[in-house]
Amino acid sequence: MRVNVTVNGVAHRVDHVWALESLLDFLRERVGLRGTKNACEQGECGSCSVYVDGVLVCSCLVAAGQVEGCSVVTVEGLGSGGEVHPVQQAFLDAGAVQCGFCTPGVIVSAHCLLARNPDPDELTVREELSGNLCRCTGYQKILHAVSLAAARAGDATMTGGCER
Amino acid sequence: MTITDAPAATRPSSTVHDGVGSSAARPDGVPKVDGSFIYSSDEYHDGSLWGATLRSPHPRARILGIDTSQAAGLDGVRCVLTHRDVPGSKIFGMVVYDQPVLAFDEVRFQGEPVAVVAAIHPEIARRACELIVVDYEELVPNTDPEVSLTGKVEGLPSGGLVRHVRIRHGDAGAARALADVVVGGRFEMGTQDPAFLGPESGLAVPLGDGGVELYVSTQDLHRDQRQVADCLDLPLDKVRLVLSGVGGAFGGKEDLSVHIHACMLALRTGRPVRMVYSREESFFGHVHRHPAIADVELGATRDGRLTFTKVRLVLDGGAYVSTSQVVIANGCYFAAGAYNVANVEIDGFATYTNNPPCGAMRGFGAVQSCYAIESAMDRLAAALDMHPLELRARNAVGEGDILPTGQAVDGPAPVQEILAYLRDLPLPADVDRPAADMRVLPGGVGNVTRGEGIRRGVGYALGMKAIGFSGGKDDTCTARVTVWIRDGEPVAEVYCAGPEIGQGVVTLEAQVARTELGVRTVELRDKDTDIAESGASSASRQTWMTVGAIVGACQLVREEILARAAAVLGRSGGELTLDGPEIRDLDGRPLVPVAEVLGPEAVSYDFTYRHRPTEPVDPERGQGNAHVAFAYAAHRAVVDVDVELGLVRVVEMATAQDVGKAMNPAAVEGQIEGGTVQGLGLAVMEELQITGGRVRNPSFTDYLIPTMLDVPPMPMKIFEFPHPDSPYGLNGVGEPPNLSSTPAILNALRDATGLELPRAPVRPSDLIEAAPAPGAPAEDTAQSET
Repeated sequence: MRVNVTVNGVAHRVDHVWALESLLDFLRERVGLRGTKNACEQGECGSCSVYVDGVLVCSCLVAAGQVEGCSVVTVEGLGSGGEVHPVQQAFLDAGAVQCGFCTPGVIVSAHCLLARNPDPDELTVREELSGNLCRCTGYQKILHAVSLAAARAGDATMTGGCER
Repeated sequence: MTITDAPAATRPSSTVHDGVGSSAARPDGVPKVDGSFIYSSDEYHDGSLWGATLRSPHPRARILGIDTSQAAGLDGVRCVLTHRDVPGSKIFGMVVYDQPVLAFDEVRFQGEPVAVVAAIHPEIARRACELIVVDYEELVPNTDPEVSLTGKVEGLPSGGLVRHVRIRHGDAGAARALADVVVGGRFEMGTQDPAFLGPESGLAVPLGDGGVELYVSTQDLHRDQRQVADCLDLPLDKVRLVLSGVGGAFGGKEDLSVHIHACMLALRTGRPVRMVYSREESFFGHVHRHPAIADVELGATRDGRLTFTKVRLVLDGGAYVSTSQVVIANGCYFAAGAYNVANVEIDGFATYTNNPPCGAMRGFGAVQSCYAIESAMDRLAAALDMHPLELRARNAVGEGDILPTGQAVDGPAPVQEILAYLRDLPLPADVDRPAADMRVLPGGVGNVTRGEGIRRGVGYALGMKAIGFSGGKDDTCTARVTVWIRDGEPVAEVYCAGPEIGQGVVTLEAQVARTELGVRTVELRDKDTDIAESGASSASRQTWMTVGAIVGACQLVREEILARAAAVLGRSGGELTLDGPEIRDLDGRPLVPVAEVLGPEAVSYDFTYRHRPTEPVDPERGQGNAHVAFAYAAHRAVVDVDVELGLVRVVEMATAQDVGKAMNPAAVEGQIEGGTVQGLGLAVMEELQITGGRVRNPSFTDYLIPTMLDVPPMPMKIFEFPHPDSPYGLNGVGEPPNLSSTPAILNALRDATGLELPRAPVRPSDLIEAAPAPGAPAEDTAQSET
């Protein structure tokens, strides 16, 4: 099938997409954006988190054909003008990255959380990010990173949007 | 090592930005947060094929025939290979070669690779695997390590016994007869999976000269290279390995996975081949932490002095050796814990079965033995009516004490300080139960309790482990440091093959070069097998070894630059310091720019670092100076248990650890937090369910690892008692926090419930089946064991 989709603001028209192809595979292999990660491919780990029309999804659980006409935002699309997004910067500053394989998905989820709730308390962060598995950090510094990003953002509005 | 005694005067004098001791940013940080970092599963090459692996569905079966004709005929398939196509050695292994590249004659565990396919699309490759017809004659699997350790099981190598380790120190039998109090018990541990998020994967590219290049995630490029070359029947210089991004390892990426298969497919087809395991395949594609059965007996005087320790430890290694014979040794070395006890008798057995292969995982045998001894210590404390921390403090090992292997503890052993921190740290407040947010109650957002039936428990555990390779191995790490001038400023390049697996060794490489040379700009070269080996990122050794090698190479570079400057200036090199762009005198006055001294030339040196020599232990009594260094950590766990529903919430995990020198404090904290949480998983949720040799839960749906909501606050204290033998006084950091975490939680659960809880991980049914009725006094389990 043919899929027309906008990814990080760029329009793509892709032919010969398989009916059962996941959005994750589509992004990684057709569009060539490999920042979205393939850790479990069954919706348990959150490493493949992306936005589809502003909604946070596990891209491994979405068929590529479902995003026809949609706008997808991946981790590569969060920063702008060659600068990383403040949420990404907070992960760097908090030391929240070790092997980093979960990091793109955690960052997209954290971005979504902060867009909906700019000042989440600790338990809310823990609950909202409990769909993102990390095996290296023990999550403490991820928690700090989200708090740091929230504190820095103050009342500034996050870009990108998020609906759930 | 003379390099740790480098004349301080010649080191850079001014404050170095982002040097050793700072929480410098990771050099790979930006690509890891913006999605551009290339992991082994992201490797891509124009025109590449996809590889897939057919695995045995049976834990044990004879292979009567393999028919690949249908698979080979599928449109899009480029080749199908079996054991007949392995060019060189048909077996491989980390220490001994015993594991088939592709199975022949017999499959010995469920998931053993039997054939590999290359095709133009991964789905076609998978479908081709389904078309391969393997004629199996199923055999009864051997799955009981207690039977295997007799060494008399037909159908298993060496009759089932991989190794029996014996440690004899003093006279445990005589001490037992004299002990005031004796406690004992059996403690079991299930199989833990490393569960790194980045799956096994790689890209093999055939080269024009008949060689092959492999981009892969691994913990040791050179050990992999030797095995791959042997199995491909190629000389080492025709097999080049390049470290690709490693999405976590924890021991599970020490053994080979896609390596030989991808290379075989690439060489056969003449095309680059990518392989990426799915999560389910990953559970079958790497080794696990050995499941354990430990029988422990402790004796003490009435005032709580340990008089003897007896441990019998059985670790099931599964179908192939991997590192089992070393894991069991390490488990035995520390089976008596971090305690000073004169009479010790330890017997450890590593076994073969038809269970999934087990090998290295963070803690390497010491996790299992720490769990056992620390569980027994709490029983002893109960029998003595003594606080568990007090019992530990009375017996804690100190500098100069003799370990069960006869080796004296010769580095800092600040166990008293570690325990004192946990003793003095205030306990977290009780949950205000009726009003509590359900997210802080056992069961969490499952909304299963409002606080009824909840009991709080507090538990402690102490762990000790060797750092670096033990037992007489001549362990080396080589680094190359090159300095040249760019835009008038010196630039340093560091080249070392020590794998970055998430721990942050690349950050330290840059920090050390900045500190040693005063340079502002450090570039890190890709890690590959073109330089001499670094050894594995394992045994908490890579920071120590890599830093040692880089310090040595920097010193040689610095001396050469200063010698050249001395010649230019007509002074002695000892009167000069190198400080970034300037050569200065000892009072800090600039004398000449480095750019002027070096001109267009680069200065480059290799340095091979060795830690102090060790020796093997003797096979009869297990005595010998086997270890490079020791590290210590302890935990205090606070738990809430819903004893009606068997649900647990870990409320807090406090920890203290001596790290020698916190080279990068943020990275040290990250290691301690991550290790603590892996131990938490092992305590209350993580177990690979294996029945009759078959894995029943190979997915993240059924094999649960802790989420952010399962993880409590982790107050910690990092001690920095400099180690006398290491660069900067550092010590290994990665494994110790993984030891004491699990038994601290088990002891807290025992404290909360009064149950024996002889098995980890603790399941809900363990917490309710024998739970005492509300209000009834807890059974005195410790006394009943004696």
